[in-house]
Amino acid sequence: MVKATPLAIDIHNLSLWYGDFQALFEVDLQVKQGLITALIGPSGCGKSTLLRAVNRINERLGDYVRTTGEIHVLDQDILRNDIELAQLRRHVGMVFQRPNPLPLSVRDNVLFAHRIHRADEKFNRRKEDEIVEHALRRVLLWDEVKDHLGREATGLSLEEQQKLCIARLLPIKPTVILMDEPTSALDPKGTAALEELIWELHGDYTILIVTHNMAQAKRASEETAFMLLGRMVEHGLTEQVFLAPREKETADYIEGRYG
Amino acid sequence: MLTERVQLSTSIDLDHRGRDWYTDKAVTFLVFVGGISAIVLIIGIFVFITKEGLGFIAGSLDVREFFGSLAWRPTSPTKPTYGILGLIAGTASVTGLAMVVSVPFSLGAAIFIGEFATGRLRETLKVLVELLAAIPSVVWGFIGLSLLNPLIIDIFDVPVGLGVLNSGIILGLMAAPIMTTIAEDALKAVPDTYREAAEAMGATKWQVIFRVVLPAGRNGLVAAVLLGVGRGFGETMAVLMATGNSIKIPTSPFDSVTALTATIAAELGDAPVGSDHYRALFTLGILLFVVTFIINLTADLVVRRAGRK
Ligand SMILES: Nc1ncnc2c1ncn2[C@@H]1O[C@H](COP(=O)(O)OP(=O)(O)OP(=O)(O)O)[C@@H](O)[C@H]1O
Ligand SMILES: [Mg+2]
Repeated sequence: MVKATPLAIDIHNLSLWYGDFQALFEVDLQVKQGLITALIGPSGCGKSTLLRAVNRINERLGDYVRTTGEIHVLDQDILRNDIELAQLRRHVGMVFQRPNPLPLSVRDNVLFAHRIHRADEKFNRRKEDEIVEHALRRVLLWDEVKDHLGREATGLSLEEQQKLCIARLLPIKPTVILMDEPTSALDPKGTAALEELIWELHGDYTILIVTHNMAQAKRASEETAFMLLGRMVEHGLTEQVFLAPREKETADYIEGRYG
Repeated sequence: MLTERVQLSTSIDLDHRGRDWYTDKAVTFLVFVGGISAIVLIIGIFVFITKEGLGFIAGSLDVREFFGSLAWRPTSPTKPTYGILGLIAGTASVTGLAMVVSVPFSLGAAIFIGEFATGRLRETLKVLVELLAAIPSVVWGFIGLSLLNPLIIDIFDVPVGLGVLNSGIILGLMAAPIMTTIAEDALKAVPDTYREAAEAMGATKWQVIFRVVLPAGRNGLVAAVLLGVGRGFGETMAVLMATGNSIKIPTSPFDSVTALTATIAAELGDAPVGSDHYRALFTLGILLFVVTFIINLTADLVVRRAGRK
């Protein structure tokens, strides 16, 4: 952790309440640009909550959610009141636990975010075709779907759906991609394919990925952060966290002593 | 800790029928009778209507005149004619205008209730809409006669305020609550994960609504509109009171017209039972029945298709 890689996400002293229930306690986390950082911890420790604070999607719940502290994305304080959520989410994409393609064609799914964010740009079918092909190739889905781009995306297999959910982020070139247990709905083969893909994206995107799967964190991340009961316990290089954890709780968790 | 040991059974009683068994059978039977009698009633009504109407269709009906002529003169002593073109035109124009009024109203209301309003406001609005749906049609007709009529005369400077415009507005307002309720159901049936996915990509509220929610709820919305059409089409009392009742193809929104339903209601009492006039009115009934059936069936099929997805 001595390398001075620029930070993509810098979370400082973040606390979050759902109503009266405090889910996060003074969390600090620094996510380096271009790396894959895994967020691990037992069920209910606040991993999803933390992730959903970074693109402020948790604000869908309204005033019920209260946040204090700071989150910087590329040096911008994103909790400021004058932040344009549409812009924030353009730069911070999200992949959900259950694949959630929109009930549109495969093609329209890939172009959805693109169309929203470049509404002023002239419509150009050739350009769109290129974008679709490029994004689908990048997620290793092109060969499977190239002959039926017009088909409803909700009819694809779960693995394909989840790849599509990643593909649709790429045309708007997000800086950060947040992934909340992106493989938990998939079978082992799909999980392996997704991991391969995530690894493939590494370097071009900063990825913060929540996972329940120790092996996955070990295999597919460069840094690992461990949370427990709403607090950040430990964060370091993945090998270090797994082989020589500094905190006892981390060691206990990794050895399977929590759920 | 259990200290006493339970005796193992040596025989079991399998053919014992207790009170529960009889209650169950009795309730099943009652429900069955209820369901069957509903079906029998509907078939009975249908048979009754067709029996009277078919006599006319087989006997005096001239199809070209029936659908092609404006002359609805069933009481003419010399040569009665039965042309329903004017009635169809009246029904179509009034229903059409009603849809122009009610579709934007009810879709707007459904979107507001379903996508924007929360908590108390939302519940209040839903109750209000349901209350509106319960207003009897004669009250709507009354509003058309005594409120809208002078208003139209005033605003547009026309001699009579009863006609297509008046009844179209009245019918539109009347159909709007039920359409709102169904449209809102359709929006509610769109999984929230779709909205969340779109919002997470930076879509604004309206982009989510127009690009995701409305397309996803498409079938339910179409069904809502169709049921509204069915409601307008079959409505009688309000139309009778607000159309002005003259048989013609309207050329302006202020023209007075009359509708299939209103004609039946107005004339059936005076037509001698068994006469051609009487039977012709039943033929109109069959026509209404068939069209309404088709509309409802289509709406139902559309909803089913929505449900399967
Ligand atoms: N909408 C909510 N309202 C109230 N409490 C919530 C809400 N969402 C989450 N919580 C609570 O906040 C805590 C953290 O939840 P969170 O979903 O972030 O955990 P997680 O680490 O992602 O768990 P999992 O591994 O099961 O996904 C839990 O105790 C949970 O019950
Ligand atoms: Mg979670």
